[in-house]
Amino acid sequence: MSALPTKRDEAWRYSDLKAVARHWPVAVEPVVVPAGENHADIIRADAEGIRHLAINIGVGGAYRLTIIDAGRAYGRIALDVTCHDGADFQLGAVLIGRGEQTIELVTTVRHVGPGATSRQIVRAVAGGSATTSYLGQVAVAREGQKTDASQSFKAILLNRGATANAKPELEIFADDVKCAHGAAIGEIDKTALFYLESRGIGPDQARALLTRAFLSDALEGLDEATTQALDAEISAILESAA
Amino acid sequence: MLVIENLSAEVEGKPILKGLTLTVNAGEVHAIMGPNGAGKSTLSYVLAGRDGYEVTGGSVTFRGEDLLAKAPHERAAAGLFLGLQYPVEIPGVSNLLFLRTALNAQRTLRGEAEVSGAEFMKLAKAAAEKLGLPFDMMKRAVNQGFSGGEKKRNEMVQMHVLQPWFAVLDETDSGLDIDALRVVSDGINAMRSPDHAALLITHYQRLLDYVVPDTIHVLMDGRIVHSGGAELAHKLEAEGYSAIAA
Repeated sequence: MSALPTKRDEAWRYSDLKAVARHWPVAVEPVVVPAGENHADIIRADAEGIRHLAINIGVGGAYRLTIIDAGRAYGRIALDVTCHDGADFQLGAVLIGRGEQTIELVTTVRHVGPGATSRQIVRAVAGGSATTSYLGQVAVAREGQKTDASQSFKAILLNRGATANAKPELEIFADDVKCAHGAAIGEIDKTALFYLESRGIGPDQARALLTRAFLSDALEGLDEATTQALDAEISAILESAA
Repeated sequence: MLVIENLSAEVEGKPILKGLTLTVNAGEVHAIMGPNGAGKSTLSYVLAGRDGYEVTGGSVTFRGEDLLAKAPHERAAAGLFLGLQYPVEIPGVSNLLFLRTALNAQRTLRGEAEVSGAEFMKLAKAAAEKLGLPFDMMKRAVNQGFSGGEKKRNEMVQMHVLQPWFAVLDETDSGLDIDALRVVSDGINAMRSPDHAALLITHYQRLLDYVVPDTIHVLMDGRIVHSGGAELAHKLEAEGYSAIAA
């Protein structure tokens, strides 16, 4: 059994360690995508807790994971992803923090074989004094030539007391790879807000509409029915919190 | 319809409007022309209630009510429409969703029943067709990837669906080619009626050849310095603002 993490541990720096202690130790859940297969999962996390998934994508396999993490006092999802030759990993994650909630997403994507692709799109919104964090590591082994990896994290803070943390980290041992990462933390676009209001949409509804639109980047590429269902769910979450 | 009395307003502490008085009656179309920095766009934003445009004096009465006491969305529901000089792009929100949400929000605020999905689609299709905006563009994110002309047409589509009593159109003609100008002008003219009114803010007489105003005002340094009939546009074009103001 591993020891309880401390704030000195980089991966736990922004955590709520009191909450962590309630859920320690964490069992690692294996997810195996066999070679050449195409799998997809949706995680709707709304109860306090920690999940740690070890995802292994076989040669030429593809895995699409969609996460909607909202409505829990403390939540952490850790993903350890291993991409073998030509594998494809797609992550779309929506993190919504309200009140005093702490929501964390920690990913390590290892490209251990050549020609694998990974794409992570994480969108977060934090209100109240909530904290949303994304710690994303991409590790490309010496064998991981022609890796194509990307990470995009954007967060909107709804008020001054809210926090968003972003920590992209690239560790590359191959010399012919493409690794892109971007992080941006901002507020709701005031010009867009005014535009909506000037057409008769009240400020709360306008904010919810813009927030939902911002988060929907993470749903990109899903089929229309799934996108609509998740969109509706996100709208409901935003409205219930408004 | 709209009575502006001695209106003063500032932006970031800088006075822009300095005692502007203007009355537009139902059935009339007025135009405001003036040099850069005269306060034309500030006037349009003050009327719409944009944050950061502080009214420091005077009053605005719209259809008998104090316009300045209302929040921006309430002004829209009361029947005021602002056509923006630079329509905003909103990624992730489709035109149709945006417009339907706006229409129903206005109707709810006015105590009217919401329109059904089918009814709304009919309205949106008719408006898009009238303004020459391919209906496919209505399904796309608001103004995203639209050309300057398409954005202005989109503003007009919104106006036609929302059916305001009064439209303030801030340089709706800028960035339009001749064909688009004609389409947009037809769109504005189609809204003219004894019950409606409009205020056109423009730099060019060109628009006013198509949408002939009842009155033209010259705005300089935050005040109306001269008013006249439609013929004033040509005189301004020939002689310039300073000659008229002198």
